[in-house]
Amino acid sequence: MNRLLAVVRRDLRLSLRQGTDSLMTLVFFVLAVVLFPFGVGPEPNILARIGSGVVWVAALLASMLALEKLFQADFEDGGLELLVLAPIPLEGIVLAKVTAHWLAAGLPLVVISPLLGVFMNLPADVLPVLILALLIGTPALSLIGAIGAGLILGARRGGVLLSLLVLPLFIPVLVFGVSAVEAAAQGLPAKASLLILGGIALGALALSPWAAAAAVRQALE
Amino acid sequence: MTLFTGHDLTCIRGERHVFADVSFSLSAGGALLLTGPNGSGKSSLLRLMAGLGRPAAGDIRWNDEDIAADRDAHGARLHYVGHGDAVKPALTAAENVAFWADVRGGGDARASLAAFGIERLGETPGRFLSAGQRRRVNLARLIASPAPLWILDEPATALDRDSVTRLQDAIARHRSGGGMVALSTHGGLDIPDAAVLDLAAAGDAAT
Repeated sequence: MNRLLAVVRRDLRLSLRQGTDSLMTLVFFVLAVVLFPFGVGPEPNILARIGSGVVWVAALLASMLALEKLFQADFEDGGLELLVLAPIPLEGIVLAKVTAHWLAAGLPLVVISPLLGVFMNLPADVLPVLILALLIGTPALSLIGAIGAGLILGARRGGVLLSLLVLPLFIPVLVFGVSAVEAAAQGLPAKASLLILGGIALGALALSPWAAAAAVRQALE
Repeated sequence: MTLFTGHDLTCIRGERHVFADVSFSLSAGGALLLTGPNGSGKSSLLRLMAGLGRPAAGDIRWNDEDIAADRDAHGARLHYVGHGDAVKPALTAAENVAFWADVRGGGDARASLAAFGIERLGETPGRFLSAGQRRRVNLARLIASPAPLWILDEPATALDRDSVTRLQDAIARHRSGGGMVALSTHGGLDIPDAAVLDLAAAGDAAT
């Protein structure tokens, strides 16, 4: 367990010192949402109607940005071989790296989301549901994305390939994430959608470390 | 007595037979030196020994147990030094070594840096290190946490004469403590009483 925490600590320290990845993700998220009122016009009703979908799609795209580097940096400098050879299960290392990735790139999106919700004219009582849905959904995005990040190792133009591989897999998270917020906006209980979202996250937690570890092993053979 | 052996190993990369029917045997305190021209499969064989991939034919055994049976146990008993130095630009030299020691259950990063004469670079971020200094930080991992088997792929690359001597001393100490070393080199390293495995002959046999 301590060994896995060492991996989390190192990856967090790396992203804090380099800083650009977390910041870029956050800035992209904010900018992508801010563009919509310019595109569709500042009509408050329209913004409120599309707000939850816009915030979710922007979160999806933003969380893709730093994913490419999840294994790529270690793959390039030889560190990935050493992690594979480390006397801890590779699945645990994948989970540790995903945790660090989510803390650095996913959690900031959740934290800033209410601000963007207000910006999109979402009613104030909907914002807690938006935060909760993102809090459940973004770890699922990081977990599913890790499979893609493992598969693109060694590929040219990996970032583009990664979006093609992973974005379709993000659709269920998007559907139930948005439907939770929509339900709350109409005064209906959001519990059902949130529970399904939680189910997706737990499913991803159960499957993705194994799939991503297999992809990483494949890339190194 | 521990024994690390490979039997009738064949390696295929893409469509090409790199080598065929290679066997080796290493016992405690022993050293195995791989020689051969570029592309003869020295790195491929070392990767197979480390468990980073499986041979197309043949098997590799540690005390007569196939290394593919328990990869984590095999990982615990070896250090692998490959072409990449795995030194993160944003971490200091000491943090880099300490991380790899932590992953293996802890060790003394400072003392290991001293073994390669770079204790003064402990607080220097990886991005300011030269190629030779990065290689020495990478080699410091060997000392920081002990492992009975060292697998070194061209370990002397980018090292100056003083560092080569330190590496030879480290290998000699490791072997006198019962450790094993498998390494490839294009000269420059003097390993006494090493068994030599020439892969050029094995490659000819394959084609």
